[in-house]
Amino acid sequence: MGELWIIITASIVALNAAILGCFLLLRKMAMVGDAISHAVLPGIVVAYYLSGDKTSGLLLLGATLTGVLASFAIDFLSRKAKIQGDASIGITYTFLFAVGMIMISTMMNGNTDIDMECVLYGDISLINLDKIVVDGNLYLGPRAFYIEVIALVIIGFSIGFGFKGFKVLSFNEDYAKALGINTNRWHYALMTLVSLTTVFSFEVVGAVLVVGFLIIPPATAQLFSTKLKQMLFWASVFGILAVIIGYYLAVWMNVSITGAMVTVAGIDFFLVLIIQRLVDRKKRSTTFAAPEFITPTPKNSVE
Amino acid sequence: MREACAIEVHNLTTTYGGAPVLWDIDFELPAGHIIGIIGPNGSGKTTLLKTIMGLLPASSGYVKIFDKDLEQIRHKISYVPQRESVDWDFPASVFDIVMMGRYRKNNLFKRTNKTDLEIVLQSIEKVGLTKYKDRQIAQLSGGQQQRVFIARALAQKADIYLMDEPFVGVDAATEHSILKLLKEMRDLGKTVLIIHHDLQTVSDYFDYLVLLNTRLIAKGTPQEVLTEENLTNAYGGQLTLLAKVANLIKVNQFPIREKDVDL
Ligand SMILES: Nc1ncnc2c1ncn2[C@@H]1O[C@H](COP(=O)(O)OP(=O)(O)O)[C@@H](O)[C@H]1O
Ligand SMILES: [Mg+2]
Repeated sequence: MGELWIIITASIVALNAAILGCFLLLRKMAMVGDAISHAVLPGIVVAYYLSGDKTSGLLLLGATLTGVLASFAIDFLSRKAKIQGDASIGITYTFLFAVGMIMISTMMNGNTDIDMECVLYGDISLINLDKIVVDGNLYLGPRAFYIEVIALVIIGFSIGFGFKGFKVLSFNEDYAKALGINTNRWHYALMTLVSLTTVFSFEVVGAVLVVGFLIIPPATAQLFSTKLKQMLFWASVFGILAVIIGYYLAVWMNVSITGAMVTVAGIDFFLVLIIQRLVDRKKRSTTFAAPEFITPTPKNSVE
Repeated sequence: MREACAIEVHNLTTTYGGAPVLWDIDFELPAGHIIGIIGPNGSGKTTLLKTIMGLLPASSGYVKIFDKDLEQIRHKISYVPQRESVDWDFPASVFDIVMMGRYRKNNLFKRTNKTDLEIVLQSIEKVGLTKYKDRQIAQLSGGQQQRVFIARALAQKADIYLMDEPFVGVDAATEHSILKLLKEMRDLGKTVLIIHHDLQTVSDYFDYLVLLNTRLIAKGTPQEVLTEENLTNAYGGQLTLLAKVANLIKVNQFPIREKDVDL
């Protein structure tokens, strides 16, 4: 039973990350996801220090805010201070992350519940220790599961309702602006959601490995998807697949569970990449003769 | 100027933080014409369009569209960015992209309705892409991608069209059909502002020209603008160009009556 809860909870993490990751990837902002996931560390520590509870609502909100703040800082540095984009990202998140590290070693002295290990890599095998029990004996599953469900509802709702907005923002931001759409608002909405996902899932997969779930499954889906909804669907499938296969692989080989999951996601990516290249080559050699038909060009080469 | 003024640019200066890219630009463009913006690479043509569209802040000066501020009249203007400014590997079909022409600030949360659908299909038809409407945009030729952008602009049902190099990467036949479409639009009273880089075709294509190189060099009819003095001012001593320029001026002095002879 515990095993199933772990897989289900991690699957929801993967689903949340896959959905948001698609938009990050299409906006060429994969690194921003990475940055936010590191930058939330001080937020997590402060909120934990104040509340003394790893899963309190205060912690989650506070830490989410830190991620949003980090994206503000990145934008400020690159737009206003004219610092090169990737340098702005590097400065912001390493700085915030380092602050978080110092805070853990000073403020959390002697506290065994929160340490670097846990924050960075999560404690997926321990989520069952923190369970919700009603009436003293009715077991409703681990707390982490409910937290992930809340995140899924928020993300599903936002992306579902704002689909057109996020789509036009991702394809052509200038055009969206020209239409009079407030692209800043959409941008920060996306950043808030990304921040929320990393924070909500840090207990499960950690703040660092969540980046693997944000980027790898969407990148895999993008290799062959021709529609945005198709990309979202397949990114989710690859994410959940990595969770399931990764879990059993980890148990079988007795290695880190989250580590195995992200590894599987990476292997999936390369497999799809190779298959896609082979199919592409075959297609090109068979359609070469047809003059009216434009050969499906491999990605990256227009014309 | 007899006609109504579509776009008024008043003492406009734009910078990217450093030296001005546009300096004290001042002109009024007549409505109902196809107007060309020409100038060498890096002369600020794209920047001018973006500033008019409010995508870049002006350091000083202002822009008025039909005598109104941009925000009041945005829905009447349609912007076609440079084709290279987007990633064509984006997972979307021709139809999806043209549908974006129907997006507005206040309908983003609503479903697309029947009118939108009709307008989008019509716009795709007008640029001759109906056959390709479900194809992913990555699998189109450069000319077809350009037509997708034009269809998206048409779907906006605007009065003013601002187009950044719509003929780049387009074959002669497509260029011809796009031009025909633009002329139809003009005849319906629309104003079309086009950034163009091919000096050979300017006098055939445009009723009115703006010649730019950070500053405004000249404006007016092609005959007024395409003088040796103006062109040398804009293009400097670029030798290969000067030969072309001499050629152009010759052509200009004996304007070709029949415009559709050969392309
Ligand atoms: N985002 C930017 N940041 C800084 N400088 C820029 C930017 N975009 C364009 N420029 C500079 O502004 C000048 C004008 O560019 P642009 O408007 O694109 O010219 P054009 O479209 O006429 O080729 C060029 O010198 C270019 O280097
Ligand atoms: Mg340009």
